[in-house]
Amino acid sequence: MSLFAVQLRREWLLLVQSSEEILNPLVFLFLAITLFALATGGGPDTLQAIAPAVIWVLVLLANLLSLEGLFRRDFEDGTLEQLLLKAEPAFLALTAKILVHWTFSGLAMTVLAAVAALILYLPVSSLGTLLISLLVGTPALSLIGAVGAALTVGLKRGGVLLALLVLPLYVPVLIFGAGAVLEQMAGIETRAQIYWLGVISMASLTLAPFAVQAALRVSLEQ
Amino acid sequence: MSMSASLSVSQSLKAWWHKLGSPRWFYEISGPWQRLFGVLALVLLVTGTVWGLAFAPQDYQQGNSFRIMYVHVPTAIVSQSVYMLMGAAGLVLLVWRMKLADMVLSAAVPFGMSMTACALFTGAVWGKPTWGAWWVWDARTTSMLVLLFLYFGLYALRQAIPREETAGRACAVLALVGTVNIPIIKYSVNWWLTLHQPASFTLTGAPSMPPSMWVPLLINVLGIYCLFAANLIGRLKLTILERERNTQWVRALVREVSA
Repeated sequence: MSLFAVQLRREWLLLVQSSEEILNPLVFLFLAITLFALATGGGPDTLQAIAPAVIWVLVLLANLLSLEGLFRRDFEDGTLEQLLLKAEPAFLALTAKILVHWTFSGLAMTVLAAVAALILYLPVSSLGTLLISLLVGTPALSLIGAVGAALTVGLKRGGVLLALLVLPLYVPVLIFGAGAVLEQMAGIETRAQIYWLGVISMASLTLAPFAVQAALRVSLEQ
Repeated sequence: MSMSASLSVSQSLKAWWHKLGSPRWFYEISGPWQRLFGVLALVLLVTGTVWGLAFAPQDYQQGNSFRIMYVHVPTAIVSQSVYMLMGAAGLVLLVWRMKLADMVLSAAVPFGMSMTACALFTGAVWGKPTWGAWWVWDARTTSMLVLLFLYFGLYALRQAIPREETAGRACAVLALVGTVNIPIIKYSVNWWLTLHQPASFTLTGAPSMPPSMWVPLLINVLGIYCLFAANLIGRLKLTILERERNTQWVRALVREVSA
């Protein structure tokens, strides 16, 4: 089996076994949506108007929460060090790791966003745009976020710092993602935003693994 | 003939590049440069500011309130350049492991951060009479705000990592990722909404102002770059002394000064 496939299989098995790591961010997503409904009074008009923004921002934050654990265990038990020493090329193994992380964060959130859209009264006609924007945009979140996770994995209290490092870099994804849904609701053509999300995700896929590799090497030094 | 000439040029460039890796060499040659840039900054900024505030003609629409441009535009331009410079320094640090690049990376942050904050503040002051609100979520205001967050991130990352060398390389990775992202952020925010007037200076088009208005602005822009150069060199020299405090030459220098 190739390195990529082996790593993919290993990550998959590990994540499936630790269900709380997958579930917690997803529960957070719905908990936070409930808070929004409670805070705004639950009026359908208000909720509908803010639905794209709320869903996209919370997906960003839930992603951030799931990122903290991305390298933590492998860093602590030394697997990461072995991987960077032995795996050739290491960025490929890291890409596999990030992709598996995405299936349990970004992809899972995309599926669940359909339910979130329902309880926030998003019009059914906009549901397609929301799901496509999430499907195309969330890989970028995992990939860019992985750089931040790699930089902060060696630190004791990396949580807030991770948010500080990564959220500004999420700005373009948020703008195109939430913007696509808002414009769809206003009856404007949204293909351009989706294409841009695709561009950002593909660019992250080609560049971010190298940055992650460099960042992990730095983190392992300390 | 020409080949040997180009060979010697490339050799002297190479020698210069290697020398640049030595903090001691930089410390010793940079004093006159700091003074030169400091004097230039003083002359240019005083000329540009006095000219802009007192002698440039009024704007036919904005009256006198446009004059804050002479502070706002230079600070905004320089704060973006400083981040780009840090990206370049990050690349140099990761590829060549040059100590000086790490020092540039840490010494440029305070200036860049304060210039970004200054641009945002003057933007708010300018926004009140022009748009009728202190803060408007317009494209370039917002991308400056994101830039400020990027600066905060670099600052916080360095604070969080105790080992100096590791902190420097971590910041280098972050500065590089940030530099790649800045154009995308700018583009996306531009797409999002735009209320801001178009850029005052572009490299390709003619300025949309008469010379009596844009010449002082240009002088101030050049002046603030000189101020940055002087500030950076000063901070670099202090950083060099601090980080190389255990070397022979710094000890000798300290003895010499205190004697």
